[in-house]
Amino acid sequence: MSDPGDAFDLGAGMAGPSTEVIDGTKAETKALDARSVSQRISLKPVRGGASQSLRHESGILHVSGAATYIDDLPEPKGLLHLAPGLSTRAHARILSIDLGAVRAASGVVLVLTTKDIPGHNDVSPVGKHDEPLLAEDIVSYHGQMIFAVVAETRAQARAAVRLAKIGYEDLPAILDVAQARAAGSEVVWRSLTMSRGDAESALRKAPRRVSGSLSVGGQEHFYLEGQAAMAMPGENREMCVWSSTQHPTETQLMIAHVLDCPSALVTVEVRRMGGGFGGKETQANGPACLAALAASITGRATKLRLDRDDDMTITGKRHDFVIDYNVGFDDEGRIHAVDMVLAARCGWSADLSGPVTDRALFHADNAYYYPDVRLRSEPLKTNTQSNTAYRGFGGPQGIVGAERLIEEIAYATGFDPLDVRLCNTYETGTDRDLTPYHMNVEDSIAADIMKALAEDCGYRKRREDIRVFNTKSRFIKRGIALTPVKFGIAFTATHYNQAGALVHVYTDGSVQVNHGGCEMGQGLHTKMVQVVMREFALEADRVRITATNTGKVPNTSATAASSGADLNGMAVLDAVIKIKTRLVTFAAEHWSVPEDHIAFTPEGVQAGETLIPFSDLIKAAYFARISLSSNGFYKTPKIHWNPDTGRGRPFLYFAYGAACSEVAVDTLTGEMCIERVDILHDAGQSLNPAIDIGQIEGAFVQGAGWLTTEELVWDSAGRLRTHAPSTYKIPGCSDRPRIFNVRLLDNAPNQEETIFRSKAVGEPPFVHGLSVLHAISDAIASLDDYRSCPRLDAPATPETILRCAEHLRSIAADRVATGTT
Amino acid sequence: MRDTLRFWLGDEYIVLHDVPPTMTALDWLREKGGRTGTKEGCNEGDCGACTIIVVRRNTTANDDEDLTWQAVNACIQFLPMLDGAQVYTVEDLRDPSGALHPVQTAMVEQHGSQCGFCTPGFIMSMVVFRKRAETKNGPVTDTDIDDALAGNLCRCTGYAPIIRAMRHALAAGPDRFDAETAKISERLATMETGEGVVIATDAGRLTIPASADELAATMQTDPAARIVAGATDVGLWVTKFGRILPHVVFIGQIPELRRIEATAQGVTIGAAVTWSEAEAPLCAIQPEMRDTFRRVAARPVRNSATLCGNIANGSPIGDGPPLLIAAGAELILRRGVQRRRIPLEAFFINYGVQDRTPDEFVEAVFMPVPEEGVLFRGYKISKRFDQDISAVMAGFSLTLRDGHIHTACLAFGGMAAIPKRAATAEAALVGRPWNEAALAAARDAVSQDFTPLSDLRASSWYRQEVARNLLTRFYAETAGQTPVRVSVRTHRAETAHV
Repeated sequence: MSDPGDAFDLGAGMAGPSTEVIDGTKAETKALDARSVSQRISLKPVRGGASQSLRHESGILHVSGAATYIDDLPEPKGLLHLAPGLSTRAHARILSIDLGAVRAASGVVLVLTTKDIPGHNDVSPVGKHDEPLLAEDIVSYHGQMIFAVVAETRAQARAAVRLAKIGYEDLPAILDVAQARAAGSEVVWRSLTMSRGDAESALRKAPRRVSGSLSVGGQEHFYLEGQAAMAMPGENREMCVWSSTQHPTETQLMIAHVLDCPSALVTVEVRRMGGGFGGKETQANGPACLAALAASITGRATKLRLDRDDDMTITGKRHDFVIDYNVGFDDEGRIHAVDMVLAARCGWSADLSGPVTDRALFHADNAYYYPDVRLRSEPLKTNTQSNTAYRGFGGPQGIVGAERLIEEIAYATGFDPLDVRLCNTYETGTDRDLTPYHMNVEDSIAADIMKALAEDCGYRKRREDIRVFNTKSRFIKRGIALTPVKFGIAFTATHYNQAGALVHVYTDGSVQVNHGGCEMGQGLHTKMVQVVMREFALEADRVRITATNTGKVPNTSATAASSGADLNGMAVLDAVIKIKTRLVTFAAEHWSVPEDHIAFTPEGVQAGETLIPFSDLIKAAYFARISLSSNGFYKTPKIHWNPDTGRGRPFLYFAYGAACSEVAVDTLTGEMCIERVDILHDAGQSLNPAIDIGQIEGAFVQGAGWLTTEELVWDSAGRLRTHAPSTYKIPGCSDRPRIFNVRLLDNAPNQEETIFRSKAVGEPPFVHGLSVLHAISDAIASLDDYRSCPRLDAPATPETILRCAEHLRSIAADRVATGTT
Repeated sequence: MRDTLRFWLGDEYIVLHDVPPTMTALDWLREKGGRTGTKEGCNEGDCGACTIIVVRRNTTANDDEDLTWQAVNACIQFLPMLDGAQVYTVEDLRDPSGALHPVQTAMVEQHGSQCGFCTPGFIMSMVVFRKRAETKNGPVTDTDIDDALAGNLCRCTGYAPIIRAMRHALAAGPDRFDAETAKISERLATMETGEGVVIATDAGRLTIPASADELAATMQTDPAARIVAGATDVGLWVTKFGRILPHVVFIGQIPELRRIEATAQGVTIGAAVTWSEAEAPLCAIQPEMRDTFRRVAARPVRNSATLCGNIANGSPIGDGPPLLIAAGAELILRRGVQRRRIPLEAFFINYGVQDRTPDEFVEAVFMPVPEEGVLFRGYKISKRFDQDISAVMAGFSLTLRDGHIHTACLAFGGMAAIPKRAATAEAALVGRPWNEAALAAARDAVSQDFTPLSDLRASSWYRQEVARNLLTRFYAETAGQTPVRVSVRTHRAETAHV
């Protein structure tokens, strides 16, 4: 290992400490077997192939500082730099824009305003035309881009931006859900209603009822690499853009739209992102379009890399929600009926708020059966950043609602919340398996997972011990909670559930694989390499993955919705199998053996008794004029969804898991510490157990951060006050659980025919962070001897925790005062 | 007088002319130095993606090592601050044969990188930690690792695999630098020529005085010059607010200001002594400061930031002043050849106003040895445990005579426009036995001492409530001997689990 090039040498797969190497052949499905040309020969899988652990394909580059991100690319001659000028009002009419001093500033080449846009001043990703790239007459949030400075250096561009003088006439600004409701604010998307049965009458008839409201905060993505793009003009209006984007195709279309040129002239490429988490699904478009616009006007390459404060001020975040709920149940803790309204702060434009609020509804049941149910979304327009995709895409917020119902029932009945959970989970094959959107849950394993985890981590005993501890500890209280997740897998926009791949085998037998998915740290590229390794039985160093490029695989979907490996894995497999099929036909003829006597093994290609090195087979095939390249395609089967009727099967399957968290809370200050976390998660037949465990650990901590320290604060003028890591606190190293056990569910191949029976793993484990919120709530509940539901909102910052604790202490004091014990 | 900067970057000797005073180390490394492995994540010293290693000869003598290895944030280091140093970036870690550094290998093998953007910064902090761990007595705890990595944010991994990698790397063999100590030491010695530096460019002027006398003279000549020690605050003026500083005076390496002087009366900490360096001598005489010191910013910031800078900038939310006021500290100010000594609390007059003339500078802070039997605690309350600015910071000290409170000092940060003592609450305590009644009186009184602001860190209500409750905690811990902390990170028994 001597130079950065040895990232090509992925090395042997090394399992992490809590992973095990799994014999991938077990997961081979009948359907895939039928497509496999080597089914009659027992295969020894190649080391590190799909279904086994393999280290990240860029690991060595990462640790060497040799993995390039947008700002690390070699800079073209004459590169210009761009910095945006932002609105300083939440809602206002622009009366005047004086850019004289900006233009005159040192190094400034060009100042872009709406007048410079040859095409459409519109980057709405959903065709709603409500999102100008640069503000025209009206600014709709504090931080909206109004102009952009193009200068010789980035420092010059940033300095010049400050010299602008913009005159405003303030308009009434609506900043949050409460204000939007009070003002009767418009919605950015149609409200969705899902209903089954008659929730109203069932609520009336239910033996017991609780209603309430909760709020759950938003979340900044805090990808470590901020938004960045570099555009290079080519001949005849061509434009090549390197963008840190999760959705190169959309970025390409937006650039074409803004420049008013055919998409065929625009190429977008991304090798890797320094984190995405949904924050670069649509939010990368603006920077890429501005860079391309500047490049097309100046004829010089242009780069835009947002400063962190600008990035956080400009871009959308996870939607915060207010959820109003009404739940009917019985003395056994069984839910009879649920009525919930989920209202979201969507920001100034639609962006993806429609599908995000839809998904909140799709998950407002979490793992639980609601006999009669009505769920309604309110995607409210506000004068704040346009909230967008973020890992879970509204799902986690919906689940927060579901789990609050459970908690209410538990405190009302006195049952352990775990028992309330267990008695309400979907029961596949019974009449209790129908979701609010009329999809049958065909694979409900939530209860089994919760029971297994509770057993594993000693939940019951620890819960008892904690209650004893709390009677003896005056200020420090401990709490424990075990929460499940059921997460629907597929884009709810059905047409997004397609993918393409392009696989080339070169005459030396090395393979290049391209696909439509983007690498943002989730290990997608590694898994795609593993699919090729497994099928061709090639070592990692023979398979090279390239940057994602709209010129190689067109019309791709966003790498989002946890779907990256599901969709692209199948497309890559399709391409590989096409090539394999040609090779088998050729080899059978060439070596005169039946096709089913050909097998790809780590030692080489077996043709009857003959063992041929893979590269020799390829060379022979080349001389025989066999095509060694193929595209691949996949579309997810079975799914359909009609928002007008609120019915369908939007998901191919569900991913499950459960987490148990134990916390300690200082009820004097609201400080909190996560003591121990145990997670059992369903990744199906994992494509790469080490990577999947990494996804789960990371998702948990991110989810816990969302619900605890990560607080977005806007002031009364609509200025985001938490716009950098100094003010916005994502979990640090010492916030990770002191004890942190993560295990994948054993022997759990996906019932559906996914890539090697794996399950998507990006978003579902994010929900495990919810166990922390409930553990904190459990700790606080001790202050009133577990008789009141603490109704702890999120994020549970020290202040929120202290407020909640004071509230319970006052209830307890009242109880003493009034003699009601 | 020199008109160049010089330092070693890896194995290359760098000499620079015409350096603008506020060019950051990060910009220079990435734009001129070709070191794109060092990333910009936040440009304000809070994420650690830009972490580099700075090696200097050990001058504060906390240990007997010849060299001090420190991880610092390149984004808020001005380039002149690297003058005379040996600097390493992630590109320098492989050994001459090309093999990865043991930390790099461990990170690859333990799946410690996902998106990879924070990775180089983590690696640099981990490399330094491995060096420091070699000299530590006793086993390395999780808390030690947390402390070393608190300044590096990762959004992908949840830290678990990075901790696993750290453990593996600690168990691995030597790195390339172990064999190069003499070489590095010699390089550093050669650069120590004892001369000051002045560089004047169109973008501003920089001065690196060779001595405290030279600094005093410079400030008399140009009282408008901006003194910079660690730049962990002034750095942001430039990177975030675009401020132009016409004349910057860098004091970080002035030998007299680097001094730590311990006597029977107390400890004097010079203006160029960093938080990291001040920790041991101050906590030696007041061990109760240890937990709060550990939570001031994070290691890379504490490696640059100075204790005196934290005082001199006059912030109402600096963590140092409440602690030091409670400890009875005094400030030593110098103007020309004249020195004066004032109680630290007297330095803070009003928001943005301190008892310092423009040509005067903070030369040192003195903390007396605490009185026998003093009850002392420092408490920091913030949203996040590490690397966060306090919502409330408190330094409490009580002395008892004949079972009654003789003196009380309750100093708070975050509660007013300046670091401030709770005079009413102190008065409520003095003369009473330290009991529940005294606590109740102090709790009531402290509400009258402050009308704190509501801001993004906490509401006025929370600050008031916590100020009261910290008195309760103080009472429980000093009268009842029961530690009241969930910050088990510093208190609980270490588990073997990683």
